[in-house]
Amino acid sequence: MADSASKVLTMHDAIARHVHDGDTVVIEGFTHLICFAAGHEIIRQRRRDLTLARLTPDLIYDQMIAAGCAKKLIFSWAGNPGVGSLHAFRRATEGPSPSLALEEYSHFGMVARFSAGAARLPFWTMRDYAGTDLPIANPEIKSVTCPYTGERLATVPALNPDVTIIHAQRADAAGNTQIWGLVGVQKEAAFASQRVIVVVEELVDTAVIRADPNRTLIPGVIVSAVVVEPWGAHPSYALGFYDRDNDFYVSWEQISRDPARLSAYLDEFVLGVEGRAGYLARLPGLVERLQASQQVCAGVNYGF
Amino acid sequence: MDFSADEMMASVAARELADGDVVFVGIGLPNLACNLARGTHAPNLVLIYESGAVGATPSRLPVSIGDPALVTGSLMVCGMADVFQCFLQNGRIEVGFLGGAQVDRWGNINTTVIGDYAHPTVRLPGSGGATEIAAHARRTLVVAKLGARTFPEQVDFVTSPGHRYRGTPRSEFRMPGQGPVTVITDKGVLEADRKSGELVLAALYPGVSVAEVRAGVGWPLATRTTLRELAPPSVRELQLLREVLDPKRLYLKG
Repeated sequence: MADSASKVLTMHDAIARHVHDGDTVVIEGFTHLICFAAGHEIIRQRRRDLTLARLTPDLIYDQMIAAGCAKKLIFSWAGNPGVGSLHAFRRATEGPSPSLALEEYSHFGMVARFSAGAARLPFWTMRDYAGTDLPIANPEIKSVTCPYTGERLATVPALNPDVTIIHAQRADAAGNTQIWGLVGVQKEAAFASQRVIVVVEELVDTAVIRADPNRTLIPGVIVSAVVVEPWGAHPSYALGFYDRDNDFYVSWEQISRDPARLSAYLDEFVLGVEGRAGYLARLPGLVERLQASQQVCAGVNYGF
Repeated sequence: MDFSADEMMASVAARELADGDVVFVGIGLPNLACNLARGTHAPNLVLIYESGAVGATPSRLPVSIGDPALVTGSLMVCGMADVFQCFLQNGRIEVGFLGGAQVDRWGNINTTVIGDYAHPTVRLPGSGGATEIAAHARRTLVVAKLGARTFPEQVDFVTSPGHRYRGTPRSEFRMPGQGPVTVITDKGVLEADRKSGELVLAALYPGVSVAEVRAGVGWPLATRTTLRELAPPSVRELQLLREVLDPKRLYLKG
C-alpha cells in the first residue's frame, strides 16, 4: 500500500531527522526550484562541518557558508547569476588562508558525478578537460583508456550524497514527485543520494500523480520525507507558482558584500523566524509582485 | 547614427550566426546577439541554454540562464545530463558563446581565479559549462572588451581550452570542436590563425586604428594582411536592440 504510506513531515522534523553534522548535503535545482526554506532550516538547526555540493552554489550556499555550516564546497559555477559574485564564498576562498575547502568541476563534470552516483557506478567518462588546468586544480579529475577504441577519456568519481533536498511543484504523501519547467540534475542527484527530502508547493492526491505519470521525476520509492512548504523556493522560483525574485538577487550583491549586513540579514530572515511562514510574513507584497500568470497546457490522452 | 561599443559587439556577434545554426547561448551580450540574429537574418536559429531550454523564444529579456521565459514557449525542456551528453558531446552544437575574465594569446580562457589557484587574489565563479563548450562546439565565439588585464599573454588559469596549452597545440588533444576561433571585442575582431592558433587582428570597427587595438592586448598582436572594416549596426539592428530586446539597458550599458 505504498500509495497511502505518508512520509509528510514538518521542515523542522525532516531536517532534524535526515541532515546531520558532517553530512554531504545537496540542495539541487538549476536557477529553478532551489529550496531556500530547507537551507534556512539547516542554518537554524546550526548544522556544522557539512560538505555542500551543487552545480551552482547560488545565494543559498552563500548564506550557509556565511552561517558557518560548511567545511567544503563541491561545485561548478559559484556566482550570483546575472549579477556578479557570491561574497561570503569569496571571503572564504580568497587570500592567504582560505577557510573553505573547494572541489571544483565543470557543469558537465558535476552532472557526470551525479549520473555515476545514480547508476551506482564508481565513475563516469566524458570527453572533457583536455588542455585545461582543471585536472591540476582538482586531482579527482582523472582519465581512463577506453578498452574498445583506445581513446583517453576524462573521468570523474561518483557523487553519492548523504542527503539530497529537491523542491518541486507537487507530490503525493508517499513522495511521488512531479516537476515541470527546468529539471536540471535533480533526478540524478536524488537517485544518487542515500536519503531524499522532497519539498513541495502543493501536496496532491495520488490520483493526480497517476493521471499524468510522465511528469513524475522522482518516484516515492527513493523519498525519505515530504515537506509541504508553499513559496519554499523564494527567491528562486517555481514555474506555474511564482516568478524568480530577480530584485532580491540584485540586492544580494550589497547584502553579501558587507559581513555585518549579511549577518543582520540572517538574523532577521533566517535565525529570527521559526520557519517559512515567519519568513514570508516579513516579506509583504510577494504574491502581488511574483505570483505566476496562467499558461496552462492542453492535456494528453493516456488512453489505450 | 551614433552607437555604443556594446551595440556594435552585439551586432557583430549576431552576424557571425547563420540561419539554422544550433547555438549554445549564455546570458548578456550573447543572448542579445542570438535574439538579434533571430529577428534579422536568422529566424530559424535554435537557441539552447545550458539550463535545458531548447528552441527558446524568450518573451522578456532573460536575466539568468534559468529564466522561466526561456522555458515557456520553447520547443523542448530537457535535463542537464541530456544538454551535455545528447546535445553538446553528441556534436549537435554549431556555435558556443563564451565570455571570460581573461583571454590569452592562444585563445585560452580563464573564468576561475586571478592569481594562484590555492590562494587567489580574486576568486571567479569557475567553469560552469564553458570548458566543455570550448571543447565540443564546432565554433566558439568569445565576447570580451579589450584591456591589458583582460588580454594577457598567458591566462592565470586555463578554464576553457584555446589553441595551445603549455606549449602543446590543440590538435594533439583531439578535441571535437575548433575552439575559440573568433573573439569579438569592443574595437575589432580577433581570429585564431589557422596554422599557429595565435589570435590575430582580423577586422576593425569604424574609426578604430590598429594601434588602439594593440594597446588593449598584452602581447605583440599580429594582423592579417588584409584587415576587414566592419559596418556599424544598421538602423534595424539598433532599433531591435534598443526598443525590443533590451529597452531597460540591462546589458547594453556602454
